[in-house]
Parts: sequence; structure tokens; C-alpha cells
Amino acid sequence: MTSALFGRGLSALSIATVCAIAAAFALVFFYAPLDADQGFIQKIFYVHVPMAIVALGGFMAAGVMAILHLRRRDRSWDMRSYVAIHLSIILGVGVLVTGAIWAKASWGHWWVWDEPTLVSFLIVFLLYCTYQPLRFSIEDPERQARYASVFAIVAGAFVPLNFIAVRLAEAYTHPRVLSQTGGNLPGEMRLTFLVALGAMTLLFVTLWKLELTSKHAAEQLRKLRVRLELGADERPAQSGSGYRAPAAAARSASS
Amino acid sequence: MPALPLEEAGKYVAGAYLVFVVLVVVYVAIIGAKVARLERELKTLGDLMEKRAP
Amino acid sequence: MTRAALAILRKDLRIELRTRESVPAMALFAVTVFVLFHFGLDRDSLDGALAAGILWVTVLLAAVLAVNRLFVVEREQGGFDGLLLAPIDRTAVYVAKATALLLYLLMLELVAVPAFALLLLGVDLLPALPELVAIMLVADVGLAAVGALVAALAVETRARDLIVPLLLLPLLVPVIIAGAAATEPLLTGLQTADGLGRWLAFLGLYDMVFVLLSVGIFDFLLDD
Repeated sequence: MTSALFGRGLSALSIATVCAIAAAFALVFFYAPLDADQGFIQKIFYVHVPMAIVALGGFMAAGVMAILHLRRRDRSWDMRSYVAIHLSIILGVGVLVTGAIWAKASWGHWWVWDEPTLVSFLIVFLLYCTYQPLRFSIEDPERQARYASVFAIVAGAFVPLNFIAVRLAEAYTHPRVLSQTGGNLPGEMRLTFLVALGAMTLLFVTLWKLELTSKHAAEQLRKLRVRLELGADERPAQSGSGYRAPAAAARSASS
Repeated sequence: MPALPLEEAGKYVAGAYLVFVVLVVVYVAIIGAKVARLERELKTLGDLMEKRAP
Repeated sequence: MTRAALAILRKDLRIELRTRESVPAMALFAVTVFVLFHFGLDRDSLDGALAAGILWVTVLLAAVLAVNRLFVVEREQGGFDGLLLAPIDRTAVYVAKATALLLYLLMLELVAVPAFALLLLGVDLLPALPELVAIMLVADVGLAAVGALVAALAVETRARDLIVPLLLLPLLVPVIIAGAAATEPLLTGLQTADGLGRWLAFLGLYDMVFVLLSVGIFDFLLDD
């Protein structure tokens, strides 16, 4: 495991994230104009779409990290990849739920097939749901990390291909019903959207670092305990029985 | 479908943003629990070391 | 590497010819599913989008059967050690397995498409046959490339039979989208080849990405 400290810069990052989120909220509710067609409902767009973009970005970034893991044979990259996928799946749940709320409010149904981004997201989400079952069904840790990385790379390459396919299919059968992201946004909406996107990205990076720090610390602790227990085993016999209890307690406290 | 009136729409928008907030808070809580467990284990290790070399 | 791949391919095909496990099962499965659809949909004949969809979904599900069994010989009779000890590029194993899967799929389609035309299709298939063959060929390459990769990924897991469909089917959604969309106009009364080029181009892109990707990372699997 690398000797890098994951927690470095975490406080600064957290503060930046809080500021960005506060700014985004302020812009969404006090600055961005009301959409002519959709009305107040359109405000969901500022939380739903950034979450989707960041989640998909997270999946693709995890693929790149997996490549680094395989090439450098450095397990810390596998951990980074795992946490990124894990976070993106959680965000993915948020995307699907907020997407359903938006669909219900806009079209009266909890799900619509018209929105290619939402549909392609569902497919990607279903794929990544198999990541953890696949990972944890392989017992050998080194092989587990390797196979997980192969999956992350293949799935990461799949994300853009899938999006293209769904988009092509939609363009063919339904004209685009709602075209928000990118070109057609008026200036104030675009600014709000970009700030929201930036805040979501910062949030992702902060939470990612946070979980990495926690996992890394747990790993260091485990190694330390093993070394201490081995040291305890080498001690002379008279303190042997006294030692079993704290060591056993430590083991059971952490399981 | 015509835009919903403000009171109706407000509930949906609030719901969506609430989902986002809840996800983040629950996630932080889970990490918090992990950190608490780490702290407990560190304490146990500290006790272990004390017994070894007081 | 080609010699090694050919040797492994020949072995697999010989085993398949002798035991006749995968391809007949796939063909039987496909025909049975067509019958199921007849009753499930309560329809005597289909055309257009519905026909295209049912044909492609059935082919895909039959492919899952083949993928599940792709490494079964090595797994059950310890052939893995032989493969791994031999001084060959592991990529040769991938190429051999993917090619075998491609051949199985083509043989399946040889049975399934006529059966479909007979049992469910309300439109005459013959005029559209060249286009259909082209679509299936390009799509099958993608199916085989992804299928062989997923088979290898699932080889080490305990819940192999469950993981394979869960992993394979989402990855193959673009193939279904493209395949069904390209086939649909061929199965209507008018039999135009609407947008065929675009879908074939997409399938070609998909094939290229996954073949290159798989060849690049296959070495990291089956690594003992």
C-alpha cells in the first residue's frame, strides 16, 4: 500500500465544497429565472443533471484508475477505483429517484423512456450494480482487485458507447422533447447550472477523499494490529494468557 | 402538460433536493461510524502497547 | 499467437462436435422461446418493431447460454493448468474462445432465423436476407467479443451462472438497440433499409472498441 496520506487537503476541500453548494443553492432559488414551460419544476434540473454527469464521470474516472492499477500494480489505485464506483452508484440512486420525481411532476408518470440520458443512465446503473457482487465473490484479494479493475475498465468504456446508442435510438423515433444540457440555456440558467455542476464535482471529490482516508486508516490499523499481536506472541509465556483477552477483544470489536 | 402551480410544484422540488441532502448526510453518517470504530480500535491498540511497555 | 489460437479453437470445436452441448441447446432454446412468445403475446404473426425486438432478444438470451458454457471444459477437467503452462500468449485463448462463440452464434442464427420466419414472422424474409445477414454478422462479432470477456471474468466467481447474465445483458444493450433498430424496417411490408448504414457503423464502432479493449486487458485475467 502506498505511503501517501489521503487526508491531506481534506479540510480545505470540504470548506470549498460547502461554499460551492451554498452558492449553488442560492443561485438556484434566488437568481435563476423561472422556466417559461415547466415553471418551478424545472429547478429539479439543477440537482438531477449535475448528479448524473458527476456519477457518469466517476464511473469513467474509475476506469482510468483501474488502468493505472493494472499498469503500475499499485493496490492503492484499485482502492481509489473502488471508492469512485461506490460513490457513483450512490449518486446513481439519487439520479434515478430525482429523475422519477421530475418525470412525475412533468409528465405525470414516474418513469419515461423519452429522456435518453435517464434511460442510458438506468442501463449503466444496472451494469455497475454487479460490480460489488462480482468483486466479493472472488476470494483471493489480489485476484479480486485485478478482476474488479478489468470490470471497471470495460464498464467505463461502455458508458459513452451506451449513451451514443440510446441517443441515436431516441433521435430516430422521438424528437428531443426537452433539450436542457448545453446549447439552449439562457445565460443566467447556464451560470447556475455550471455552479451546481462544479459544486457536485467538489462534493464527489471530497466524499471520495473522505472515504479513501477512512479505508486507508483502517488498513494501516489492521497491519499495525497484526504486527503488535505477532510481537505479543513472541513475548515470554507468563504474560501469554493476559494478552489473549485484549487481542481477542480488539479482533471482536473490529469485526 | 402545463406547468404545475407553485404550491404543487414546490413539493416535488423540495422532495428532489431532500433526496440529495439525505443521501449526502447518510453517507457522511456511515463514514462517521467507521471513523468511530477506528478510534475504538486505536484505543484498544494503545492499551495493548501500554501493557507491553508501561 | 495465431497458431496457438487456432489450436485451441480446433480443440473446442472438436469437443463441441462430439458432445453437441452448446449449439443444439441454443437452437432449441430459441425455438422454444418463439413458441412462448406466440402464447405470451397471443399473436400468430408479427412484423416491424415487435418482430425485430423478439428476434434479437431471443438471440441475446441464447448467447447467454453459450457464454455460461464457454470455459466449462477447462473448468471441469482442469484444462486451465495446461493452457496456462503452455508458452502461449493468453490473448490466444481469448481469440480462440471469442471465435468459437462467434461460430456458435452463427450456427444458432442459421436455425433460429428460419424458425422465426416460419413460426412468427408475418412478412416474407427472403428479399431482406442479405441486409439481415450483414447486420447479424456485425452484431455477432460484438456479442462474441463481449461474451468471451465476460465468460473469463466470471470464471473465478462462485455465483457464475447468476453473474454472467447480469454482467452480459447490460453490456449488450447497445447491440440490441442497434440490431433491432436496423432490422425493424426490413421486417415491415415495405422492406426498406432505412438508416441501415448508421446502425452498421455504430455496431462497427462497438465491435472495434470491445475487441481492442478485450485483447488489451485479457492478459490480466486467467493469471495464475
